[in-house]
Amino acid sequence: MIIGEGKPINEILEMILKHKKIIVAGCRGCVTVCSAGGQKEVEILSSTIRLAREKDKAPIEIFETTLERQCDTEYLEQMRNYIDEYEAVLSLACGAGVQFLAEMYKKIPLYPAINTNFIGVTEKQGIWSERCQSCGNCMLERTGGICPITRCSKSLLNGPCGGSSDGKCEIDSEIDCAWQIIYERLMELDLMERFEEVEDIKDWSTSRDGGPRRIEREDLKL
Amino acid sequence: MRAQYPASIRIIKVPCTGKVDLIYLLKTFETGADGVYVVGCEEGNCHFVAGNLRARKRVNRVKEIFKQIGLESERIEMFNLSAGEGTKFVKIAEEMTERIKNLGPSPISKKNIGSDNQETVSINSNS
Ligand code: SF4
Repeated sequence: MIIGEGKPINEILEMILKHKKIIVAGCRGCVTVCSAGGQKEVEILSSTIRLAREKDKAPIEIFETTLERQCDTEYLEQMRNYIDEYEAVLSLACGAGVQFLAEMYKKIPLYPAINTNFIGVTEKQGIWSERCQSCGNCMLERTGGICPITRCSKSLLNGPCGGSSDGKCEIDSEIDCAWQIIYERLMELDLMERFEEVEDIKDWSTSRDGGPRRIEREDLKL
Repeated sequence: MRAQYPASIRIIKVPCTGKVDLIYLLKTFETGADGVYVVGCEEGNCHFVAGNLRARKRVNRVKEIFKQIGLESERIEMFNLSAGEGTKFVKIAEEMTERIKNLGPSPISKKNIGSDNQETVSINSNS
């Protein structure tokens, strides 16, 4: 899922400084699961904003809502009948959701309340980590299910580098060396001969190098 | 035990302090409480294992939020005591009342508590 994290409250307060009546909109998708932008975070953020503004003698009216998803027009459409009554929308969706909201409602200022960080997993309650950089050409079948693009700090395709020591990456001793994990996993799978094949230079045109990406499926179009 | 505690304290009973969510704490301040403290069982003695530990983390989070928005973080506190410690309960109530008195009223306007007097909320799982 997409993992995000709330922006510092002072940054948010600064963004909405001139507004007196806003919508705080959460999303029930990924950002709910990673506790960055679901209904609960909408409530906490709205309450915090109200307290801060009351304290500064500049009260603010907030309409709290949490849409099913902000990356789908059908749910964004639900804001249509009340959005005009407000001065701005503070969105707790990921960057995709905020942008889609902006595309749909062109006349209202939009502010992001969270930073969208990565595609990742919930390691444990309260701990998330990155697993995928959406390169558009998955190679996990060749690396024992461990992504070297994401998890090797240098995105090496033929690792490890000389900096791998005691299973940790030279970039940070807290980070596991991805290639060490790949090595161990391939050994367990009895696939060590994989290390005899040299991985070719990757075609990055399926990634960001090819510009903004788009998928079209004729079979699904209406 | 018929010990007296300050009249400005309003007690909200919860089954376990683990039930105390961040939003409850923020809402008490939004409605005008001058101070809030959570009274849980002794650490290590939670019937639900970690309820009181979670409550402490949430209280700390509210303290952080307060520091960021410029409200005094001393307005919120977590205390632990066992159900039999009535005298300690009174002591905590007095200590918190004194602390809030010194801080003065919260800058948040009083909305739903129907009084302009000092109000401290005690969220309590020890009945
Ligand atoms: S130590 Fe391992 S994870 Fe770090 S850059 Fe080198 S190969 Fe990649």
